[in-house]
Amino acid sequence: MSRRPEIRDHQRELYYFRIRLAVAASIALVLFFVLLARAFWLQVLQYEHYHTLAEENRISIVPIVPNRGLILDRNGAVLAHNYSAYTLEITPSKVEGGLDKTIDALAELIEITPRDRKRFRKLLEESKNFETLPIRTRLNDVEIARFAANRYRFPGVDIHARLFRHYPQGEITSHVVGYIGRINDADLKRLEEMELLPNYRGSDYIGKAGLEQSYEQALHGTTGFERVETDAAGRAVRTLSRTPPISGNNLTLHLDLKLQQVAEQAFGSFRGALIALDPRTGGVLAFLSKPGYDTNLFIDGIDPMNWQALNDSPDKPLINRAMHGMYPPGSTFKPFMALAALELKKRSPSYTIADPGYFSLPGSSHRYRDWKPGGHGMVNLHKSIVVSCDTYYYGLAVDMGIDAIHDFMAHFGFGRKTGIDIEGERAGLLPSQEWKWKRFKQKWFVGDTVSVGIGQGYMLATPLQLAVAVATLANGGREMRPHLVREIQNAKTGAVTPVKPELISELPVNPENLERVKAAMVDVTRPGGTAARAGAGAPYTMAGKTGTAQVIGMKQGEKYVESRVAERHRDHALFIAFAPAEDPRIAVAVLVENGGHGGSTAAPIARAVFDYYLLGKRPAGAAATEEGAQENGDD
Amino acid sequence: MIRRWLARSARHVDGVLLALVGAVLLLGLGILYSASGQDTARVVNQMLNILLALAIMWAVANVPPQHLMRFALPTYLVGLLLLVAVALFGEVSKGARRWLDLGITRIQPSELMKIGVPLMLAWYLDKHEKGLRLRDFVVAAVILALPVALIAKQPDLGTALLISASGFYVLFLAGIGWRVILGLAVAGAAMLPVVWSLLHDYQRQRVLTLLDPSQDPLGAGYHIIQSTIALGSGGLLGKGWLHGTQAHLDFLPERHTDFIFAVLGEEFGLMGILVLVALYFAILARGLLIAGNAPSLFGRLMAGSITLTFGTYAVVNMGMVSGILPVVGVPLPLVSYGGTAMVTLLMGFGILMSVATHRRLVKT
Repeated sequence: MSRRPEIRDHQRELYYFRIRLAVAASIALVLFFVLLARAFWLQVLQYEHYHTLAEENRISIVPIVPNRGLILDRNGAVLAHNYSAYTLEITPSKVEGGLDKTIDALAELIEITPRDRKRFRKLLEESKNFETLPIRTRLNDVEIARFAANRYRFPGVDIHARLFRHYPQGEITSHVVGYIGRINDADLKRLEEMELLPNYRGSDYIGKAGLEQSYEQALHGTTGFERVETDAAGRAVRTLSRTPPISGNNLTLHLDLKLQQVAEQAFGSFRGALIALDPRTGGVLAFLSKPGYDTNLFIDGIDPMNWQALNDSPDKPLINRAMHGMYPPGSTFKPFMALAALELKKRSPSYTIADPGYFSLPGSSHRYRDWKPGGHGMVNLHKSIVVSCDTYYYGLAVDMGIDAIHDFMAHFGFGRKTGIDIEGERAGLLPSQEWKWKRFKQKWFVGDTVSVGIGQGYMLATPLQLAVAVATLANGGREMRPHLVREIQNAKTGAVTPVKPELISELPVNPENLERVKAAMVDVTRPGGTAARAGAGAPYTMAGKTGTAQVIGMKQGEKYVESRVAERHRDHALFIAFAPAEDPRIAVAVLVENGGHGGSTAAPIARAVFDYYLLGKRPAGAAATEEGAQENGDD
Repeated sequence: MIRRWLARSARHVDGVLLALVGAVLLLGLGILYSASGQDTARVVNQMLNILLALAIMWAVANVPPQHLMRFALPTYLVGLLLLVAVALFGEVSKGARRWLDLGITRIQPSELMKIGVPLMLAWYLDKHEKGLRLRDFVVAAVILALPVALIAKQPDLGTALLISASGFYVLFLAGIGWRVILGLAVAGAAMLPVVWSLLHDYQRQRVLTLLDPSQDPLGAGYHIIQSTIALGSGGLLGKGWLHGTQAHLDFLPERHTDFIFAVLGEEFGLMGILVLVALYFAILARGLLIAGNAPSLFGRLMAGSITLTFGTYAVVNMGMVSGILPVVGVPLPLVSYGGTAMVTLLMGFGILMSVATHRRLVKT
């Protein structure tokens, strides 16, 4: 600047000034242009992107949980339904002045038990902060009114009407229907893998056991959505649109609740299991595992006290004996062995043995005893079933060999899952040489085969497998998949989709052979048979087979005296049957734990079930008792 | 007599400038109505602010530039004194010491300096018009640096920068050499690391946030993210007046003050922005025209500085809202809600009008 002359020339001065103004104006112009370019970029070129962001900003999707489908028996009796009740709910993030203080203050208005608090704490740990959690369910009118009057004191606390699941039949249907429970992390993970997670937004519950679990997808329904405009704090401002939820489908079962009740009563104080199938379709008419438990306890998370009580009970009510309990089939195995003997031509109907009351392998002094000391005298195939002659089957099993037995019995569903439509089934155990080698790295001995011949030894079956086996027998060798659900009703359209009966396998049996075995089973329930008492006076023909499953092993030469054995160590009583024999409409397998003999405890239960199912006759308080257990022949 | 006085004083109001300013003010009121959530009270309040500011503008326009010069030193000195007082006794609010409680009212002396600094500089340079030498510019630089340092210390980085800009415009228009400007620019660039180290954490955060808003989407980046969403989702024609979802659903922070531009962009789209930018540029052009035609150096410098400062405010605010400049607390001129800024701005336009209309009077 120093080199510049003194500014005297006003025109020149103004000229320089104006140049500078022009420079400034140009810069301003450029800057404004940059701003407009930026606006053009944001508002025209990137419009879609920001439009989406703005929509996401303001619209939150609020899920509407669908009503869960009902579970009904074949006659429409309700096994699982929903009811609406008021719950007191807390949104922890909105609570002012501490959660504990709030709950304490609430407890002065509404009864909140330590159990409620404990459950709430547990939910709190598992939940996200902004969730709303129930602290008390099923409020009564007085409690609702009392809270309403004090609502202003409790920000973040509200009463909501919610649907609750309820199982009106409680214990009787517990192992069939199962229960729902709160969705946990494992459930979430599974749902995510199945890509079902979006449909569970807002849902708190998922099927955990029984049909509730296996038919979860049908029962749950489709979650609806409300598009809600929210402000930056997430508060709903207004509803933009609503997609209603679609209720879950209703399940109608083959199961007959009254038949189930008859069966349950017939068990009296015994534990055990009963499966009744329609042999033609595989439909499950009754499915009992006794004792059951109150599934309602599980819905909102069972409290530790009840859980411990159920878990520690010596009766093991949580175990589904019908498909999880594995028992030696005992003599109920004999009709299948007999059929195998005829089919494989190892025995003819006229082949007769002289039964000394025991069986010994050639060159061995070991005696495999018959249940009847002294034996049954002359025994052919028919009599072997009617009187349940063990000696006959010891010899037969050895003649057939374990692998032939294995292959034949596999056709009746032994040794594998039956594929019933609830989870938790066990496969039982149908032994073979290969199995023993894999399992124990041991060779199969002929002696092993002997025991298998009478359904003992390594042989294990679930009551469900026995039911399927006897139904297959009744159905002429056609094995139908057992299934509980008869039809699925679409809750929205009312359309009914029947569940088609499914043929698993068909064993081409000679009808003549089948008739022989059936005829023998009919005679089991007639005078001279092991279940004669149970079959007495039946106006239909009943075909059955008794069985006993040992709980404790007997030493060689020791005699089993029931009265000396502790109740829990007594033998399990088994009975399989179908009726009417000439056109079977129902097949059952009955297991009575520690019931002693099949003929005296298990067979009367089957009779009661048949009477009700075929005749509509309710037994007059004909509960099986231990008193009746001593009578009648045995096996 | 009053009518005659009004008619006479009205001659000092520049019609073109008033029309342009009036258009922006009306547009601003419309946006404010929407941005405030249709809060009539707030709009009425803003109208009162505008009326007061217009009255002051009218009055200032009637003061000839040579009289205005007399206010330069006292205004500057009082302003400096108040800034010192703020530094010593000021109220702390949001971590900054900006306000002075006078008992009756609270004042923010930095606002006064927005006029005081260019006024002082223009007066000083005008006084030495006959022979501007380097030492005059050095003195001028000190005049500028003192209040800027005090304001930066408060801390109020945005205002400090804008006041330095307004002072710089005076120096620039007075003819400071290009080499000096270049030298200052280089020195400024060299000083950046030093300045960076002097910045408060939150100020550094703002700069970093500008570079990558997604770094801190719920903290410092939130403003920028939400305002660019508001702008971008406005599209070409906007969502319509009162229908901006970003603004009305509380996503946009400070939506009736510093971020009101985003409301305009959301509800009126690119077209709305175009209209506002055009109006701003027209005001800028009119102001520069007045400066270019001003007879005295003081008039030229004042008019030029005021106009360029106004443009700077507009560019900085719009730049920050649209995410190309750091977030500094600068209101959108003539649009953002607030009385102080409105009064300062219109007082500036009053000076512009005074410069524009007293030209002939001086000559005759």
